[in-house]
Amino acid sequence: MPLLSVTDLQVDFTTRNGRTTAVNKVSFDVESGKITAIIGESGSGKSVACYSLLGLLPTPPASIEGGTALFEGRDLLQMSESELRRIRGRDVAMIFQDPMTSLNPYMTIGDQLVEPLVYHHKVSKSAARERALELLTEVGLRDPHATIDQYPHQFSGGMRQRVMIAMALINEPKLLIADEPTTALDVTIQAQILALIADLQRKRNIGVIFISHDLSVVADIADEIVVMQQGLVVERGDRAAIFDHAEHPYTRKLLDAIPAGSKAVTAEQREDLITVSNLCTWFGQGKGKEPLRAVDNVSFTIQRGEILGLVGESGSGKSTIGRSLLRLLPITSGEVLFDGVDVTQLQGVGLKQMRRRMQMIFQDPYASLNPRMSVYDTLAEPLLLHGIESRKTVEHGVLRLMDDVGLPRAFVRKYPHEFSGGQRQRIAIGRALATRPEFIVADEPVSALDVTIQAQILDLMLELGSEYGLTMLFVSHDLAVVRHIADRILVLYKGQVVEQGTGEVLFNNPRQEYTRQLLQSIPGRALIS
Amino acid sequence: MWRFVGWRLLQAIPVILAVITVTFFLVRAAPGGPFDSEKAVIPEVKAALEAQYRLDLPLAQQYLAYLADLAQGELGPSFKYPGRSVNELIAAGLPATAELGAYALLVAIFFGGMAGVIASLKPNTAQDYIPMSLAMIGICMPTFLLGPLLVLLFGIHLEWLPVAGWGDMPGDKILPSITLGAAYAAYIARLSRAGMLEIMSQDYIRTARAKGLPEWQVVTRHALRGGLIPVVAFLGPAFAGLLAGSFVVETIFQIPGLGRFYVQAAFNRDYTMILGTTVFLSTLIVLFNLLSDVLAAWLNPRLRAQFGEA
Repeated sequence: MPLLSVTDLQVDFTTRNGRTTAVNKVSFDVESGKITAIIGESGSGKSVACYSLLGLLPTPPASIEGGTALFEGRDLLQMSESELRRIRGRDVAMIFQDPMTSLNPYMTIGDQLVEPLVYHHKVSKSAARERALELLTEVGLRDPHATIDQYPHQFSGGMRQRVMIAMALINEPKLLIADEPTTALDVTIQAQILALIADLQRKRNIGVIFISHDLSVVADIADEIVVMQQGLVVERGDRAAIFDHAEHPYTRKLLDAIPAGSKAVTAEQREDLITVSNLCTWFGQGKGKEPLRAVDNVSFTIQRGEILGLVGESGSGKSTIGRSLLRLLPITSGEVLFDGVDVTQLQGVGLKQMRRRMQMIFQDPYASLNPRMSVYDTLAEPLLLHGIESRKTVEHGVLRLMDDVGLPRAFVRKYPHEFSGGQRQRIAIGRALATRPEFIVADEPVSALDVTIQAQILDLMLELGSEYGLTMLFVSHDLAVVRHIADRILVLYKGQVVEQGTGEVLFNNPRQEYTRQLLQSIPGRALIS
Repeated sequence: MWRFVGWRLLQAIPVILAVITVTFFLVRAAPGGPFDSEKAVIPEVKAALEAQYRLDLPLAQQYLAYLADLAQGELGPSFKYPGRSVNELIAAGLPATAELGAYALLVAIFFGGMAGVIASLKPNTAQDYIPMSLAMIGICMPTFLLGPLLVLLFGIHLEWLPVAGWGDMPGDKILPSITLGAAYAAYIARLSRAGMLEIMSQDYIRTARAKGLPEWQVVTRHALRGGLIPVVAFLGPAFAGLLAGSFVVETIFQIPGLGRFYVQAAFNRDYTMILGTTVFLSTLIVLFNLLSDVLAAWLNPRLRAQFGEA
């Protein structure tokens, strides 16, 4: 008998706009000692299904309309709130996506950690603390005795996720539900956390539900895979069946969306559009403290029409380089030649003219679009500001941009919140293209998007790149994405370039230890090579 | 931490100085003077009085002399209570006012906090609407209306509580405290509701529920601290407001507090008394604001760490 057996689970949401079925007749099993992965895009119902099992959905608006969820033979869906509470945190524990917000900022991690143990097993505080220290050591927290009384903000993202894992394991649960536990983390940290979860699960022989939007993340660890789309399970099977013989078109689409292979390299030698020499961007950290060397003595060139990938973890300075090139941040020293002109020396009118030729696309299209401006206004603004179109012709220009980025013309009067993440990124791309720039800095443009949307946006960027003859600096923490789109890749570590080369060369013959480490961290490496 | 406090205290000096200056010249610009009365005073007597209180000097000199006294903590003699200094009068009125303010604040925190938290637990239901409607009424209801209404009901109609006095009869402190605290209770209710609603939607509340904690523990252990920070930040201005705004309640209930001296001083053109009370109250307001800011920051570990470094 499986540890957890969910059959025909249905969850509805009742809102002012009517009733929608978020989870529709979903069935899956979880075995002890096995990892069941639930894969789907945002809105597919994967998280809702799991939260409903534990009574963690607010009701209303949610309501469980049917199905059974047998956990050790007892139906979770029929339990009262107090019965469920005895299971939550004791037999079934959870890890959440964002360790930043999932830990209480007002309590020390020690106090939060011992809570489930003290509450469920009436263990004394001091005994619980001992256990917490053991677990923190086990999940790899450095110096637990010194850090157990610290607050969450004193830890890095990866360390916080380790604390979350320790907290989930403190009652030795039989089932662990991990909801996108690595999505908010850097690729090397992600690899560590994945390995930790798999290791702990094997040692303790517990069942795991691993929720993710990314098939490649679970490629190495999942035993069973359940693929969900719009509330329905479209395919389920063991790992080999899904990766090797996927039958449902949606599963195949997900597999195809994993960016694979290196971009073909064109041999032709072109003139350099951008030459960066000895660029330094430091941030002061207050009097008497060493400045933070975010970018330290970096030199590189980008040829006209080339897409240069910039790869590194958070804090490696990759975004800072992009912003420094566009003069969005003050440069400490160094030279940036754009078409022969030193950008760092430009002032006033010269700078404005230069900005027209260089544009930026940001990671979060929602935060970087003005919520009170319609798409029309957003796209018209740069056209008018730089005198590219007149008042009379601006409508034509806006509609042409909408066509270019693949948005229906009818959407032109809508506001950002009415669009999906992918559509918003299309708007952001349209805005960047409005001034007919020669150079674009794209800062993690697809990191916030679902994989299939990510693939569409990458294709759009490649297409527009050749159509507009664009030169691009493509910043990302995701090596697979960069390899897919970039002609050449720069690997950045602690503000310095450690290695550069074509995707092909870097992937097959990494010379630096750090590059090798980055490559090994890519989940599901077999899928993308 | 101490650097922050010191810096804020330094910033307070120009603020208080500005208050003194504006008040000093405003009261003198107002028509009438301290020794005007219906009975004609013999000019010689008036001149002697004015000389004694330095009113014969040019305005600028009066101002400088006042500042010089103030620097030594001396608020000067009262014009209307001969032989008594403003310091003495404030000291006499302060205990009753401070006690009234403290009780009113307790009333406000207790009822306001409770109403806000209860309302936030079931938003947009009767459990939310009823306390919040009461709070709205509390904000709208002026103390000079609420006070007499309470007296009418509990003092005269039901005869449960005394109608006036302070410390003369058992229970005579209850009605004034409620009257003064009601409006602040209403503000605190709204603040704590908003604060709690924000916290209750945070991810870490979901984490706490996933641990299997009962809802009351989720609220008390995980939500309350963050949710009530806005209330703590409001306490400083609230307490200062209670002290300064207590004169209506003191008048209604015949309480021998600071507020009554203050109002009478204004009617009497008792220049030193007006100035003295203003300086005293504005200093208190600055101090209480600082205190509640420090407390609110200290409750937030992130800000506390920054203080530690500064």
